[in-house]
Amino acid sequence: MSVSQHDPAARGRATALVVAVCVLWPLLQVAQFDLAVLFDTGNLATLGGFLGTFLPPATDADFLGYLASATLDTLAIATIGIALAMLIAVPLALLSTRSLSIGRLDGRLRPVSEAIRVLARALTLVLRGVPELVWALVFVRIFGLGPAAGVAALAITYGGMLAKVYSEILESSDLSPTRALLAAGSGRLVALGYGLLPVASDELVSYTVYRWECAVRASVVMGFVGAGGLGQLMDQSMKMLNGGEACSILITFLLLVMAADALSAWLRRQVR
Amino acid sequence: MISLAALSVAYADGRRALDDLDLSIAPGERVALIGPSGAGKTTLLRVIGASLRPTTGAVRLDGVDPWSLSGRQLKGLRARIGKMHQAPPIPPRQRVITAVLAGRLGQWPLWRAVASLVYPLDIAGARAVLEPLGLAERLFDRCDQLSGGQLQRVALARLFYQQPEIVLADEPVSALDPALARSVAVALNEDAKRRGVTLIASLHAVDLALSEFSRVIGLREGRIVFDRPAAQVLTADIDALYAGAPHAGAHDTPDQRVPSARPRLTRCA
Amino acid sequence: MRPVMPRRRLMLTALVLTAVAASVWRLDLISAFAEGQDSLGELLGFLQRFAAPDTSPAFLAKVGQGAIETLAISLIGTLLAVLGGVALALPASGRFGRLSQIVSRFILNLLRSVPELVWATLTVLAAGLGPFAGTLALALHTTGVLGRLYAEALENAPPAPEAALRGAGSGAAAAFLYGTLPAVAPQWVAYGLYRWEMNIRMAAILGFVGAGGLGAQLYYALSLFHEAQAATLIVAMLLLSLAVDALSGWLRRRLVVA
Repeated sequence: MSVSQHDPAARGRATALVVAVCVLWPLLQVAQFDLAVLFDTGNLATLGGFLGTFLPPATDADFLGYLASATLDTLAIATIGIALAMLIAVPLALLSTRSLSIGRLDGRLRPVSEAIRVLARALTLVLRGVPELVWALVFVRIFGLGPAAGVAALAITYGGMLAKVYSEILESSDLSPTRALLAAGSGRLVALGYGLLPVASDELVSYTVYRWECAVRASVVMGFVGAGGLGQLMDQSMKMLNGGEACSILITFLLLVMAADALSAWLRRQVR
Repeated sequence: MISLAALSVAYADGRRALDDLDLSIAPGERVALIGPSGAGKTTLLRVIGASLRPTTGAVRLDGVDPWSLSGRQLKGLRARIGKMHQAPPIPPRQRVITAVLAGRLGQWPLWRAVASLVYPLDIAGARAVLEPLGLAERLFDRCDQLSGGQLQRVALARLFYQQPEIVLADEPVSALDPALARSVAVALNEDAKRRGVTLIASLHAVDLALSEFSRVIGLREGRIVFDRPAAQVLTADIDALYAGAPHAGAHDTPDQRVPSARPRLTRCA
Repeated sequence: MRPVMPRRRLMLTALVLTAVAASVWRLDLISAFAEGQDSLGELLGFLQRFAAPDTSPAFLAKVGQGAIETLAISLIGTLLAVLGGVALALPASGRFGRLSQIVSRFILNLLRSVPELVWATLTVLAAGLGPFAGTLALALHTTGVLGRLYAEALENAPPAPEAALRGAGSGAAAAFLYGTLPAVAPQWVAYGLYRWEMNIRMAAILGFVGAGGLGAQLYYALSLFHEAQAATLIVAMLLLSLAVDALSGWLRRRLVVA
């Protein structure tokens, strides 16, 4: 009989199981996985005491003033961060977009422009490869505590992300108008402005607005390492185990994220 | 013994899928249900299969009203009824062996079902039902590697593996080419004859109904138009049954979704 | 092409520019960066020290340890989230009635809306400083994300196979395992791998709030102005996340596409 009496997949499954156990068991040790810690009475008391102070949320006028100011800061950090990111992303994207290359058109190799493209792509990769929080930590050392570090960190990581996505959008757009312009001897910028942009602008704007929404979340998180805004306020409240304040900030954060969602959805509908 | 008395099934808007039906089918009968689209064949099979509760009237399977049973008893009853569908309801990524063994899930305790997912518990049993259908070689292949006809035969193998006392087949062959359709219809009838169980199948192919089954029931607009031994069905019966009705054309098969390999970007990735 | 609406576009553009200008004014950035003028030299020096990563064997060994810890946090955290996600996706897809659907969706939304870093500040209280706190924080947030995606996959799965098994007398659990699980499992695995790629980056960061891994070392190095060590750690983070991308891609080809 040509088909075996045993399941041929069994050996592979058994091997996978053994490998999984051999990898996971030591990793569980490394991660200090221990559910008993969670039921340690001391820890439970600390956490319970902290969570217990979440209610009622802090509502005194002084604190609400701080809260409003921090919320505005967060929004401003996200907005300028994205604006600067665009300034970084546009040239990078143009340099790394293949469809704007004249060399592609006539088939002749232009080593210089090819090298520039590779460099631009490598820079893009490094910019977005390092998480914004790490950049924020670095910039806090340079600019000191406060929004400037957050803005710089956002500009750099989101600059890299936008550059990558911009160039993807440009390359996937309808290229025939651009090709015609390049073939007729136009420069790259003219070809971009009259050939590519009319086709791709909606998608570009829409993605940028969507990124702004993400930047709002990111700027809150970056506050935890001292980059200003809501996050910094939340970090302070949590370090002082002030549950009422932490609760108010958390609620504000959730509302802010929802509002940013709605605003970004509305803006994207406008450009469609 | 299957018996239906004054049985009706009504839609929410009051239209009737089945209208005041009386019918009894003895053990071992092999019944073909024919009739134009929308005649109520599928509804009738679902009522007999204890999947659909009639609006009014009585259904009795071996003298028992399925809708008076407890949930546990109803499961036991359904485990004794085998069902076949036009599109084999088998997940594409499941292996043939697993799809066949699923036929006895109604009889197995849960631990056995789980254990069999880790290592198939009855390879010999699955092979025994696949062998006569010419699919023993494909025992450990995945179902998405099979052709439509092979997949329908896997569904048939699952049914045989279940060894039900009543077999209900809803358009089991209408998605197959004529030669394959005949072989599946023959296999269903052979199995029913050999084990002496009841077979009820709805069909669009009138020739198969007349040549392979023992009894033919013509259904139209939720009522029985004729009900005779297959040998006594007249051409006039068939003509009257389908008169003025658009003949069944292509059947839409439900689409099998293939999972995308790369999930779409989630928020702020 | 769509009709252009110049006036409306103009107003939107003006709105956006106003927002940017207001933001610059709000943060007083011009003076902040101007004050940073004198720190420009400092910045350059900082970058210069960054350009020479610390590659002493003793430090590299420490970095390796941190990398393994980060890997452990991300992998265990993601696996816990897969389990939690499945457990919450089943009720969230409406299998156990309306009430449990509403409750489980609420839990998923809550878990998802709170960022990992905020969860980490709480889990550090619950589990003490160290990698376990990071693992739990990742698991909590990712459970929310995966649970929602898993529930969507369940809702979109073809219902016929499971319904047919129920019709043949199978119990609910067995019918799910044989009828629906084979359809959703590849998507579940793909989502899990995809989140793992994101979590390896997050796990490298959670150390900033005391949750172990490379992040804790980086926080320490930057606090003490050890730029050379910080540079090594950042490179290690990059390499680690690229390695996980490759591994996850390989697993995806083996488990999902094949």
